Amino acid sequence: MAGKTLYDKLWDAHLVRQNDDGSALIYIDRQILHEVTSPQAFEGLRLAGRKPWRIDTNLATPDHNVPTTERAGGVDQIIDPVSRIQVKTLDANCDEFGITEFKMNDQRQGIVHVVGPEQGMTLPGTTVVCGDSHTSTHGAFGALAHGIGTSEVEHVLATQCLIAKKMKNMLVRVDGELGAGVTAKDVVLHIIGVIGTAGGTGYAVEFGGSAIRSISMEGRMTICNMAIEAGARVGLVAVDDATVEYFRGRPFSPSAEQWDAAAAAWKELVSDADARFDTVVEIKAEEIQPQVTWGTSPEMVAPISALVPNPAAESDPVKADGIRRALQYMGLTADQKITDIQLDRVFIGSCTNSRIEDLRAAAEVVKGRKVAATVKQALVVPGSGLVKAQAEAEGLDKIFIDAGLEWREPGCSMCLAMNPDKLGQGEHCASTSNRNFEGRQGFGGRTHLVSPAMAAAAAVAGHFVDVREMMQ
Amino acid sequence: MKEFTQHTGIAAPLDRANVDTDMIIPKQFLKSIKRAGFGPNLFDELRYMDEGQPDQDCSGRPLNPDFVLNQSRYQGTSVLLARENFGCGSSREHAPWALDDFGIRVVIAPSFADIFYNNCFKNGLLPIVLPEAQVDQLFHEVDATEGYQLTVDLERQVVVTPSGESFVFEVDAFRKHCLLNGLDDIGLTLQHADEIKAYEARRRQEAPWLFGAIK
Ligand code: SF4
Repeated sequence: MAGKTLYDKLWDAHLVRQNDDGSALIYIDRQILHEVTSPQAFEGLRLAGRKPWRIDTNLATPDHNVPTTERAGGVDQIIDPVSRIQVKTLDANCDEFGITEFKMNDQRQGIVHVVGPEQGMTLPGTTVVCGDSHTSTHGAFGALAHGIGTSEVEHVLATQCLIAKKMKNMLVRVDGELGAGVTAKDVVLHIIGVIGTAGGTGYAVEFGGSAIRSISMEGRMTICNMAIEAGARVGLVAVDDATVEYFRGRPFSPSAEQWDAAAAAWKELVSDADARFDTVVEIKAEEIQPQVTWGTSPEMVAPISALVPNPAAESDPVKADGIRRALQYMGLTADQKITDIQLDRVFIGSCTNSRIEDLRAAAEVVKGRKVAATVKQALVVPGSGLVKAQAEAEGLDKIFIDAGLEWREPGCSMCLAMNPDKLGQGEHCASTSNRNFEGRQGFGGRTHLVSPAMAAAAAVAGHFVDVREMMQ
Repeated sequence: MKEFTQHTGIAAPLDRANVDTDMIIPKQFLKSIKRAGFGPNLFDELRYMDEGQPDQDCSGRPLNPDFVLNQSRYQGTSVLLARENFGCGSSREHAPWALDDFGIRVVIAPSFADIFYNNCFKNGLLPIVLPEAQVDQLFHEVDATEGYQLTVDLERQVVVTPSGESFVFEVDAFRKHCLLNGLDDIGLTLQHADEIKAYEARRRQEAPWLFGAIK
């Protein structure tokens, strides 16, 4: 019998009941709640007179539409009335049902996918769900994590289980050594460029190979975060020593007495050598350059040295049409240099790239330099209050402010423009977030996805540049 | 949940691949804490010439005459024909809520994004996958015939065209059962409460650190 993949192991360990038709009930160890996708779930519980199955599996924090400017005035001072109602509703629901919440002005507040691991809420071997598709992030720790819809949020609250179907297994193996200036973000954008935005649909994708193992836990989170942009609800990285060490001493981590047993169990969370994958994609680390998306889908991506594609060179008419439409929306011309794309705004943040390592990488590039005069705004939005505090302790905030970037309070911010941070019509933005869909960062806004270092370099130059040139 | 057994209604062609959830319901409308009322903002950016705001009366907004659902022949559409990878993007359930509130009961496409596909069933909306060639044929027929209607019979798993031609589709047996009977997932799962408790007792033995840590 063939061995098991990491995904197989996680699935088997959480199987409560297998139905004849292939669907199954799987047990959920952890749920993270935020203000946008939970109100209707709590409303559903109340309407049906139901109570949460377990309280101690849930953690809530508002993130999607909290303001990232001064907010000492508290929730009542949120200007946008609808945002205010959502944040207040989350507070009221958590109070009513007894769920632990890091409220807006709690230092532990932040983006759900930053806060979960930071607190040791996400742990290897757990199942993690959240009403947000980037929950795949937590797979970086060998956790089975995926985004769910509001009905499922309610289902998990009420039953501690999810109705699921087993996915297929895909391995994306990145072997070799990444060049200097090439980050986890470039790796995942490159992977999406290779397999396409639907390439992972129906799969749990494990990222492996020597290049992945050499990437830090934070970088692994960046990679798993964007698994969903390749269509895969689940991204995974096998547990190694770095994974185990990451959780030492975190607030919700196993206690000292439980630690050895937990660490031993976690070490098993790797795919067996003879495990069978339905699909294997191999990528050479040396071929990956800093990436920039030029279109309106994350697969529309190219290396910094490339030209914007020409639809005339595309033989598939549907794809050619897609390119044409994207270029029109993005205001770009075929065959222009990526490095000639001028930027109006820069956004460093989001659950993809707002952790301390991301901020350090960006700060290193802007240190002693200035944001170009043509750039209207460059925002740095840390992923959580704790990341913010750490960055300030390291003096990164000063570096950013001196260079002319704005230093903000934690939240999703311009990643999806549900709060006041957004793009104007036609504006180009170098963004470290994960989606470049039409209108994602504001009506008519034009998003280019890049790594934090590349965003920082673009802020200084006013257009895209190869960050490696600035690192010399 | 609403039952779905059989449905006949006007079909409209949305000729565009990779329609994402931002397109189905732009994010400024996600801030509602209710489940209903998203219909007027379905496909907001495609449908109107201006930028929509939450809580706005949409009746006076300038419509985009080129958008298919604005054309008079497609008024009252309840069956949406779509292209590949429909519903990609975020996990927002507001997308099926908006389709449902608008009056769409069925979406037919060559492929759907996973989360969206799932979310449809939980909201009484039927997503149907048909082979590309068949979807193409439906696109041609709907385009050629004003008032074109499709009948969808979930029990028999067929889509029937006005000429009587029928296309068989696959649907998961459990989802079909729930949709046919309007069954709510939570009630069904709670019928297995003993199994959940038994699992939980085992889990507590194996991974005690997962109990009582979050407070
Ligand atoms: S940062 Fe962006 S992608 Fe991440 S959870 Fe927030 S809105 Fe979603």
